[in-house]
Amino acid sequence: MTFKGRDIVSIRDFTKEDLLHVLKVSKEMEEDKPQLLASKILATLFFEPSTRTRLSFESAMCRLGGKIIGFSDEKVSSVKKGETIWDTAKMAERYSDVIVIRSPIEGSARLAAEATSVPVINGGDGANQHPTQTLLDLYTIQKAKKNIDGLKIGFLGDLKYGRTVHSLAIALSHWKVDLYFIAPDALQMPDHYLKDLQEVGIKCYQTDDVFVVSKNLDILYVTRIQQERFPDPMEYEKYKNAYRLDQSLLSHIKDDMKIMHPLPRVGEISPELDETKHAIYFEQAGNGVTVRKALLALVLGKVE
Amino acid sequence: MKKIERKIPAIKDGSVIDHIPSRDTFRIMRILDPQEFIHPITVTLNLKSKKMGKKGVIKIDNRFLTKKEVNKIAILAPSATVSIIKNYRIKEKIEVKIPKELVSIINCSNPTCVTNREKVDTKFKVIRDDPLEAKCLYCERVYGKDELELKRK
Repeated sequence: MTFKGRDIVSIRDFTKEDLLHVLKVSKEMEEDKPQLLASKILATLFFEPSTRTRLSFESAMCRLGGKIIGFSDEKVSSVKKGETIWDTAKMAERYSDVIVIRSPIEGSARLAAEATSVPVINGGDGANQHPTQTLLDLYTIQKAKKNIDGLKIGFLGDLKYGRTVHSLAIALSHWKVDLYFIAPDALQMPDHYLKDLQEVGIKCYQTDDVFVVSKNLDILYVTRIQQERFPDPMEYEKYKNAYRLDQSLLSHIKDDMKIMHPLPRVGEISPELDETKHAIYFEQAGNGVTVRKALLALVLGKVE
Repeated sequence: MKKIERKIPAIKDGSVIDHIPSRDTFRIMRILDPQEFIHPITVTLNLKSKKMGKKGVIKIDNRFLTKKEVNKIAILAPSATVSIIKNYRIKEKIEVKIPKELVSIINCSNPTCVTNREKVDTKFKVIRDDPLEAKCLYCERVYGKDELELKRK
């Protein structure tokens, strides 16, 4: 299997073998390899603000000895002058060996991948895809639980607009898992995702009460209610405080249950849970560097 | 059937779209952009049909439908048949079949899709024929038949 030259645009492009291979190479990337990408240049085209994705890609590239060029605000790029994503990608391909693009415009990574011959990695395209987040989520689950098969995984929060939930659920459908979707009705998992999951034999449960199902769970994946995705601010006000996990959760969960969160959080997990053995969300953010190291090395053909 | 045929004048050269569900006939007219046509077009609705109950027929003089136009018709009315007429005879029957990939045939209704921001051909993958469902290969939104917005040209 070779990933050399491959674009990482959508988690739907990955077979189970692809996912397993990325997880395997990610494990190898836990070790230092400070010269692996020496002489390679990463272009980061960030058309919207991002903290974790941009910093972890930059950290990954630095840790492998590569260099970085790019921008993190479209105001400083030529896009402000009206340059298209297509032209920006065409230009960046001549300056770099691999491109990471993040944009609020859905499909922009696919378009950039078509425009260029160097590998393009999607760092998030609006409400659509964020495949590297999904891969680091999978890696975190595997690292915490060893086997993904047989796990009962709960998703809590904004399941309607939350792309991390959608992508992770699709990726997990390659394994034998039970999925619990915990959200108010208005923010529940969209029907077409449920249909896709059930068609491949995944058992799905829906509830609005986390305490009804929390005892069953091996993993609880919490997401933020995202203000920016709500078309109506009144709707956001109604749901923004729907869930606030604190110490009271601890008597309703298994001893080895782990809590994940793609971050940033705004109050859905109380800091008092941070020091418990259940909280692995900062470790999860750290795994972002490891998995992105693996992806950069794979698409640049420096590891097989 | 003979009675029905007599109600619609025959054409010497051109295209005949038959077996259209009556309710979809004008939608098909719209995508053919009839203002561009200079020769007569005959549209007939509510013809009795044994199979369909009621059907529509469109006859277009002196114009031969392209593959792309037939693909658009397939999306709206997969039951339709398209015949090319030359000298009053059926020269060719074009199979009305939904292609696996629809390139530059449908607009993506998602305003934040890149195809609505940059000059790029839309690409949709047909993921289900009946009922029709197609996915935008850029923003990955899935649309049902009634949500699909066909390009005018």
